[in-house]
This record gives sequence, C-alpha cells and structure tokens, in this order.
Amino acid sequence: MHTVVLTKGVPDFREGQVSFDEDGHLERGKTPTVMNPNDKHALRAALQTKVRNGGQLSLMSMGPPGYGDVLGEGMETVYADDLYLVSDRELAASDTWATAITLATALEKVGEPDLVFAGFKTADGETGHTGPQTCWCLDWPIITHVIALDVDEDSRTVRAKRLVEGDIEEVETVEAPMPACIIADPEFTPSYRQASHRLTHKDLRAETEARAQDHEAHMTTWDHEDLNLDPDYIGLDGSPTIVSSVDPIPKAPAEREATMVEANDEEGMNEVLDAMTPFAAETSGAAGD
Amino acid sequence: MAEHEHYEAIVVGCGPGGATAAATLARNGVETLVLERGVEAGSKNVSGGVIYAEDSAPYTIDDLFPDFREEAAERPITHNYIHNIAGEKVKTFDLTEIHEHDTEWADAVLRRRMDSWLETRVHEMTREAGGGVLTGVRANGLYRENGEIVGVTTDELEPITGDLIVAADGVNSELARDAGLMDWESPDEWFQGVKAIVDMPDGAIEERFDITEEQGETHLFSGDLYEGVRGGGFLYTNEDTLSIGNVFHLDSIVEERAEVVDLLDALLTHPLLAQWIGDDYEELEYSAKLVPDSKKVAHPSPTEDRLVLVGDAAGQMQAQGPLIKGMNHAATAGALVGEAFAVARSRGDTASAGERYVSRLYDEGVMAKIRPAVYDRSRAVTEHRRVSALTDGLIDTAIGRAGLDTMIRTGIVERLYNSPRMMQILPDTTTPYATLPTAIAKRHGERIEEESAVEPPTLEERIGELTYDTDIGNPHIVVEDESWEASGAAVTACPVSAKDFGGGCYREEVRSNGYEERVVSFDSQPCVECGTCAIVADTRWEHPRGGKGVEFKQG
Ligand SMILES: Cc1cc2nc3c(=O)[nH]c(=O)nc-3n(C[C@H](O)[C@H](O)[C@H](O)COP(=O)(O)OP(=O)(O)OC[C@H]3O[C@@H](n4cnc5c(N)ncnc54)[C@H](O)[C@@H]3O)c2cc1C
Ligand code: SF4
Repeated sequence: MHTVVLTKGVPDFREGQVSFDEDGHLERGKTPTVMNPNDKHALRAALQTKVRNGGQLSLMSMGPPGYGDVLGEGMETVYADDLYLVSDRELAASDTWATAITLATALEKVGEPDLVFAGFKTADGETGHTGPQTCWCLDWPIITHVIALDVDEDSRTVRAKRLVEGDIEEVETVEAPMPACIIADPEFTPSYRQASHRLTHKDLRAETEARAQDHEAHMTTWDHEDLNLDPDYIGLDGSPTIVSSVDPIPKAPAEREATMVEANDEEGMNEVLDAMTPFAAETSGAAGD
Repeated sequence: MAEHEHYEAIVVGCGPGGATAAATLARNGVETLVLERGVEAGSKNVSGGVIYAEDSAPYTIDDLFPDFREEAAERPITHNYIHNIAGEKVKTFDLTEIHEHDTEWADAVLRRRMDSWLETRVHEMTREAGGGVLTGVRANGLYRENGEIVGVTTDELEPITGDLIVAADGVNSELARDAGLMDWESPDEWFQGVKAIVDMPDGAIEERFDITEEQGETHLFSGDLYEGVRGGGFLYTNEDTLSIGNVFHLDSIVEERAEVVDLLDALLTHPLLAQWIGDDYEELEYSAKLVPDSKKVAHPSPTEDRLVLVGDAAGQMQAQGPLIKGMNHAATAGALVGEAFAVARSRGDTASAGERYVSRLYDEGVMAKIRPAVYDRSRAVTEHRRVSALTDGLIDTAIGRAGLDTMIRTGIVERLYNSPRMMQILPDTTTPYATLPTAIAKRHGERIEEESAVEPPTLEERIGELTYDTDIGNPHIVVEDESWEASGAAVTACPVSAKDFGGGCYREEVRSNGYEERVVSFDSQPCVECGTCAIVADTRWEHPRGGKGVEFKQG
C-alpha cells in the first residue's frame, strides 16, 4: 500500500503574519509560508489510511525550495515516510493545469501509488482544481467531498461517504477501484475504533518524531529534467489560465453615524433608552404571540 | 458470534494496580492491552500519599519497576508524628515505630508524576508483548456473550474481548458495579479524602522540618479541630511541595452535614502548621477522591468469569488507625493477578486465573491485612453505640482522666499508637478520632504560640485553578431524585459545593409550585470526579468519557 498526499505551501494569512504593501498586494517575501490550511483535511484522511492500513506514505509538493520546510512540518502531522519536492525555476508561475501535469508525472515517477489525497482547495488560489486535474491526467477515479473512508486492500477498493455536491444534508456512499484519488471535505472525521489502530498511532508518532528531526534526509527533490518534462508544457508557457485582474475587496464603509454617550451622563442615557424602547416593544410583542 | 478485536489480557486502569498487573502479564509474554480514561495516567488520580513497600508483601512496586524510587517518587519518609489537638493545645506522639513495622521503605508520591512514569514503562513492556497502553479510553461496561463476561465495552472503541479482564479502575469501579461485585450504597463503607498541594520555596522543607533532601516526614492530626467529624488530617513532605489533607468517614460527613472544604481550611489555618507552611501560602491544586474501607468492603472473592478486581476496585484499601495503605496493596494484587494468569495459561486453563488469584490473596496474607478477622470480631463490641458512649463518657470522668494521665506518663499511649494489633481493632467511632485525642491534648498538650498567616483560596478560586475539558451537553452525572431528602447531603459533602457558595456542583434551591419544595440543582462542570455523590445522593453516576472532565496536574 502506497499513499501520497499532495500539499502546498501558502502565505500565512493569519492576523499578524501576513504583510500587504500600500496597494494592498501581498508581500510574499515578508509573509511566512505555511502548509495550505485546507490541506489538513487531506492529511487527516491520509493519516487514517496510514494508521489503519499501514504501508508507505509520501508527502509531495511543487514549489520553491522553501517548501521543503513545509513538507518537514507535514511529516510530523501525517507520519510521512518520505517527502518529494518538485522544484524548478522553469515551473514558476504554473497554473493549475501545468501543475497537474507536473504532479501527475511526478506521481508516476514515484511508482504508481494506490491512493492520492489532495486538498480541498488552496488558501491563496482558491480554485480547487489541482487535485481533480492531476487525477484526470492520471486517468484515475476521483472521489470528492469525502467525509469518511474505508480502504479494503484485498479487493483493492475504497469505499467512501461523501457529501453530494458538498451539501452537508446529503450523504452518499460510493466505491472505487484503486488506484484512486481522494479529495477530503472539511467535514472529514477519521475513525479509530479499534485498539490496534490507536496503538499503531502511538508507534508512528514516536517513530516519526525521530525521523522529522532530520527531514531533509528523507526528501527527494526533482526538477523538470528529472521528470523528463518539456518546458513548453509546464510553467508559465504551459499555463492556459489567464488571470484578467485581481480586485482588492474594498473595505466596507461605515455608513451609520454613531453618537457616543458616557455611562454616567444621565440625560444622554435616557435618550438611548428612549431610542431603544420601540425595539423592546417589538420583541416582547413577538414573545407574547 | 461476532468477531471482535481480542487480546489475551485487558487491564482497565493504569494506577498502581493496573500498572503492576500489566507489567507482570507482559513480563510473562501475555499480550496485554491497558485502557486508561485520563489524557495521561495520573491525571485522574488522588492519593495522600505515601506508598509503602512492606517486608511481608510478596511484591512491592519496585520489584516490577526497579527505578521507581529514584524516578517516580518524591521523598523517602523517615519520620512520623501524630498531633492530638484541642483548640490551640497540641500533644505530639512519635509514630515512627508503627510506621516502620513491616516497612522496607516508604516514599511520598504525587500521582500525576508517579502514574505517568509508570504508564511509559508499562507501555514499553506491554507493547513488546503485542499490546500497549491507550489513554483517553474509558471502559463503560462489561461485554458479555451468552451471559458470560468476555470483554469490555468503551466509549471510544468497538467491544474488545480478552481471556482475562482486570478491573483496576480504582474506587467507584464501574466494572465491579456492572459485575454486581460491589455496590455504591452505604456511606459507612467509604472515606472521603480532600487535599491541597502547597508550593514551598527552595530549601524551605529542609529548613522548616529540619531534615535533609533524603529525608521526609508524615504528620497526622486528630482532635477537636474537625468538630466531631470522624477522621483525621495529614501532611506529607514531597520534593518541593507539601500534601495536606483530610480523610473522613463519609457517613460522618453526611451525619454532621460537614462542609468538607471548611474542614480542610481548619487544618490549613491551624497555628500548629504555621511553622511549616510559613507566611506565603500558595496552593497548587485542590483535589478529592473517595477511599473504600477494606475492613468492610474488601471483596472476599473478587472474581467473576474472566473478570478479576484489583486494588480500590476490589475495596483493597486499608485504613487502620493512622495508616492509609491502598497503593501498595493495589500493586501487590496486580502482580498476583498477573502471576495467576501466567500460571493458568501455562497449564492451558486460563479460566482458572480468577480462582488462582483469590487463593494467592489469602495465601500471601493480603486478605488478613486488609480485612482482619479481629476487626470483625471486636467490632460488635467496640462500635456498639452504648459501649462507645460509655468510653467517651468515661474519658471525661475523674477516673478516666487519671487513667489517661498515667498512660501518657508511662508511655502507654505512644505504645498503643505504635501497636499494629491495636490499630487493627480500632473502632470507627468518635472515641479514637476525637474524644481521646482531644482529652489527651487538653491535659497534656502544649499551647502553640505561633499564629497562622495562611489564607486559603476560596472554593471559587480553587475550582478556577483546576483544568477541565468539559464534555459539553453530555453530563456524566444525572441527579435522579432532586428532593432534599434524597440528594441534599451532597450540597455539603461534595468537595466543590457548599451551602453559601453560588457556584459548585450541588446547590440548594427552594421551589414553589403552590407549596414550597426544598430541592437540589446540579451542574457537573466543576466536578472533580471524587465519587461522593454516587453514594450520598440519588444519581446515575458514571465517569466522563475518555480524556474529558477534570485533569489533575499534581494528584
Ligand atoms: C486523599 C487520599 C489519600 C490517600 N492516601 C494514601 C496513602 O498515603 N497511601 C496509600 O497507599 N494510599 C492512599 N490512598 C489510597 C490510594 O490512592 C488508592 O488505594 C490507590 O490509588 C488504589 O490504586 P488502584 O490502582 O486500585 O486505583 P487508582 O489508583 O485509582 O487507579 C485507577 C485508574 O483507573 C482509571 N480508570 C477508572 N475508571 C476507568 C474506566 N472506566 N476506564 C478506563 N480507566 C479508568 C483511573 O483514571 C485511574 O488511573 C489515598 C487516597 C486518597 C483519596
Ligand atoms: S459532583 Fe459528585 S463526584 Fe463530582 S465532585 Fe461533587 S460529589 Fe464528587
């Protein structure tokens, strides 16, 4: 059993981490890179497979050399055995299509994994295309919006509960032969209902802690030549997507006027109360229905 | 029959009983799964605590865990005293002799540190034998097939079967209750322990107790500071903290409607303790737990089908006179279970493990210690209401006082305190706990000149300092009868409730629907899972599911 998780580094959009310039453009250099927060659902699902079904688990990413640290971080979260980074100047500015071709090629080079997990969508691009497109390149079945997963190695099938069209109210169970591609939904809940699962979990945690100390020793870096990729089909040249423009979201203007009243200003407070009374009457009227 | 995950042995609980059982099993190559409900072993546990290694015990904890004393314990105990208190007068006796009787060593321990250390060792050992320790998993019942106990059910996992099921789940054992081996009915079968861990500045213990780093002390307290509630106080020296608390008969707490938190504060603020605590009182943790009274409840045959009970779950907790011995007996019993199963398995007859364990309990003298026949025989006389009234009255007469004077002068009282046999037949009446110590202190005690500067935190502050992971919307205790008659006792007996305290678990309420009705209202959030209201109130009582509820950092 071999599982690969595709992950990506994104700018850390959390308050206090992210920097924008005066025009509201992201300052990549000043903003630290972290693992795409939406990948954590994929990681949870992959971890469940690693714990319950064993085998080898690899983390793969495409991006600048700095993504190596993101992979190292991911190693501990998902108890990965090894890391793959596809990194090359020629690959810069790839859109989701070019990325998918590159990743699919890399997955083939890794050696035909049984399951590939990909994130829900990225925090920076928000397209949600990379996973499905990679899968399409590989010509594998894909199951999206997965909330629960069972892998049966003997019959080489995966059974998944998924949200139909991402709707929380509508759940269906589907089956697919392996190899297959799984896109985990944020609602994905791993299930460890056997003692043996949890014991393995503990073993893996201890094992990985040691390995992650020196994650670079477990990382393989490939460029386009290693993957035998034609530069015309990758990077900017291979990217059909044209981003017409990116509009900054305008700040919501404060339309209402505010009057400040000191708490000990009796007259002022009376005015506030007078102003509130009609609303109070409305609600108590409703309650009396 | 459904296929279930199976282990040769399942041990529920990773306190001293469970840890030694699992270690012994694993040493014998038995595939052993240990289930512990705390986030880490020790996070649910409270002891005084001094753990003893008895000369006469077939197994002590360091037999199974050789580095135990260096790595898991706080301080060796080398000096022991009991203080009889009447107001500000105190008469102190040296108890070192009884303490050293049958004692190879005794160490003060804190349970979080001790049990989490044990957990790590046990996990290593059991993992090698094909099992391991799982924390955050709570057994919620026994799993039966065709009426026979064959495994456990838990909140977190599918049912698991085993050839041996060890209930080492401590006091208020849900497994022992499910098996019908123990009930939670009578308050007179239990003690309640309430304790505070007090922080001490560097070097203060050595200086204030006049001991070295390799020495430690126990101090016990009895007399009139508890207003007639039967029980006593203790103070034990840890590495750089003190464990200070009380252990009372639960029936006495109920009868006197005693506020247990006030009784703890009465001890903490007594001038006698000022010399040790000093001016800056800093409490690290407030905690409580029930303690079974082995004299009354140690199960004579703690086994049923594949299930065996060890330690507190079997009521094997010996409180005789000033001695509290539970951890050591749990450890011994755990090792005996492990051995019994290993022998049974080697004969191809695992079903006989329970019986073999019970015989070992008797053959090794464990039962004789925890449930001495002399107590049962003498109890009819010494605990008889009229006898106790007579002795209590007598102590207060001229003859009684004269007799006592002679006994103290000639050292008889100190000798009696130090007599193991005397301690075995000590009755559970107010005489030894309050009347006698008070009389002794009144006539022979020295007045304590020092004043206490200790200001204990309020109950609200104490609860505020505790760590909880509340299982919101899923309370582990449900009050079934909220009438004052059925459940009112919990308002004062619950260690995190009090009559005048607006927070806490149990509150008194007067409801009026035409007529006035006195009831209790309940909130499980601040619960420290001590077990008291399982006995003194009409509740449906369970432990919270794995990892939920209170988390003790000291224990
Ligand atoms: C205030 C106080 C002072 C004491 N002083 C002393 C002393 O000085 N010396 C002494 O020897 N003894 C003392 N004792 C008694 C001693 O603490 C106990 O006798 C001893 O801890 C019993 O050990 P055990 O292994 O049987 O149970 P415990 O130590 O209680 O261990 C039981 C374990 O099982 C776990 N558990 C419980 N239910 C479940 C479940 N359903 N599923 C999974 N896990 C579960 C618990 O989390 C716990 O880890 C004192 C007790 C108290 C309360
Ligand atoms: S609610 Fe019950 S179990 Fe919880 S602390 Fe109070 S008495 Fe103890």
